[in-house]
Amino acid sequence: MADQPIVQVKDLTVGYGSTVILKDINFDVRAGEILTILGGSGSGKSTLLKHMIGLHRPLSGSIVIDGTDIVTAQGQQWLDVLRKIGVAYQSGALFGSMTILSNVALVLEEFTDLPREAIEVIAQMKLKAVGLQAAAYKMPSELSGGMRKRAAIARALALDPKILFLDEPSAGLDPITSAQLDELVLELSRSLGITFVIVTHELPSIFAVADRAIMVDRESKTIVADGRPKDLRDKSEHPMVRQFFNRRLEKVDA
Amino acid sequence: MEDTEQTTYRLEPGQGAQATLTLKGRLDHDGTASLWRPCMRELRALRPKQLTVQVGQVEYCDGAGIALLMEIQRIQADSGGRAEIRDLRPQFRQLMALFEIDHQVLPPKPLGPLANAIHNIGRWAAGLFFDFTAQVSFIGEICVKLLKTLFHPASLRRSDTFLMAEKAGVNAVGITALLGFLIGLILAFQSAAAMQKFGAEIFVADLVAIALFRELGPLITALVLASRSGSAFAAELGTMKVNEEVDALVTMGLDPVQFLVLPRLIAAVCMLPLLTMFNLLFGLIGCGVVMTTWDVPISTYIERVSEAATLGDVVGGLAKTFVFGTLIAGIGCLRGLQTGTGPSAVGDSATRAVVSGIIAIVVADGIFAVVYYFLGI
Repeated sequence: MADQPIVQVKDLTVGYGSTVILKDINFDVRAGEILTILGGSGSGKSTLLKHMIGLHRPLSGSIVIDGTDIVTAQGQQWLDVLRKIGVAYQSGALFGSMTILSNVALVLEEFTDLPREAIEVIAQMKLKAVGLQAAAYKMPSELSGGMRKRAAIARALALDPKILFLDEPSAGLDPITSAQLDELVLELSRSLGITFVIVTHELPSIFAVADRAIMVDRESKTIVADGRPKDLRDKSEHPMVRQFFNRRLEKVDA
Repeated sequence: MEDTEQTTYRLEPGQGAQATLTLKGRLDHDGTASLWRPCMRELRALRPKQLTVQVGQVEYCDGAGIALLMEIQRIQADSGGRAEIRDLRPQFRQLMALFEIDHQVLPPKPLGPLANAIHNIGRWAAGLFFDFTAQVSFIGEICVKLLKTLFHPASLRRSDTFLMAEKAGVNAVGITALLGFLIGLILAFQSAAAMQKFGAEIFVADLVAIALFRELGPLITALVLASRSGSAFAAELGTMKVNEEVDALVTMGLDPVQFLVLPRLIAAVCMLPLLTMFNLLFGLIGCGVVMTTWDVPISTYIERVSEAATLGDVVGGLAKTFVFGTLIAGIGCLRGLQTGTGPSAVGDSATRAVVSGIIAIVVADGIFAVVYYFLGI
């Protein structure tokens, strides 16, 4: 079960209009693993994520999530896929006019027949899991950046997704909060068996949580590295990958 | 597929105050939703002292299922009983450990009606007071900085001022002209109906000209500016405030009032009289169109208008527009700079800018009417 791919990206070409950002990329995400997508600024890692969650249409290729191709999925099929995934956006994207609890409860109210009291209990549980139960009745504007990101994860967890996509979860957080967030990801992965796809460029987080990392590159528009972060750091042939993991500039002769 | 498996529960009273609750099937969102209400109702009715929850046959359990188990425990605890969950599979036990909450956080208690009323009145009064002081200090600040700019004209951001003049003035010519034309047309048409009874159609020119010059022209143009540009100023400055651009200006040593407010204020004050003139011209044309349909010659109409409206009417009307322009731009910018945080803050600022702008215009117009009456203008 652990080796079964839950997400399959096949011959994917993405871009905007005539600008191609990534060309013919292929990779799988195995069920239960924590995959990080790395890359420099502007390399298209966020674009790749937005395609994987179906916000953008690829120029060509397919993305299969748990057996359904989301590029061609429509109607009920599409909604079924959405129930299997959760997304936590970079800045939280919590609805500012609702309390944290209502933010988490929203999808439960809309997509399940659970009674009000049950929804309340579930929402509080999810908030407890991310350590935010005390802030349940606060507004998003009253929370700090780290709390907002955790609340976003709680909201993404609301319908018990199989796959959780996180866009730069630790960007703009202090090292301690960032480490707590990593801890949370590991705990959710261990106890719920959720598959994680994380876009990030925070080295400490990558080493702390990632089972596997893939790196996309702006120049070649492909995946230049795929493997365990440690292996990539120590053994990669690619100069850019080494630079990234060792966090230094190397002169590359053209 | 496994979801064809029914999610079921069976609550069996045992000896004494004991009972056994057996859960089977998939405890996912849908399964749990189907049995939550009846199960809780039965449990509340039975009130067993000792409840055994058999979950050995639960094949799948997610957050909703855990919530169900916890709610059962809570109900038991509330009625003074005990609950024991038996045979929960290890992977679900882990889930429970992660999600378990020992108590529910309750929403903050709302105040009672009386306390709430007092609270609201206090908040309203304090808000009014702070708003008033903010406006007074803002007016003072603007006056001081306008004077400074008068002596050092180079300190004004000229390109910004012209850009604002274009946005608030030039781009509004079409709509003000159209409104003026329609108002002139409508006014002439409506009053002609009454005037015709006395065979005094020609005096429609007097009525429309005086009404337009003294009241309607300036007022309508000011309303257009308030809704078009007052709200835009508030939204622009509000967005800058939210993006910390205003803070950036302050730390760079640039005064936001000097840098952002004055160009807008000066542009609005210069543009409003010009726009009003357009409005008046097209108002007269609109009236003229109606007059010609009653076979009043154009030359007679023009003569009538120039006789009826004195220079005092024209100047008195245009003098108001300077005050209106100041009010609109000032209020728009103040509301923009007062923008709070949150996604609706900018929208609120724009709304407040338009509402208080329109109120200020009408109040100022009333004051002008009284002053003009005593001055005999």
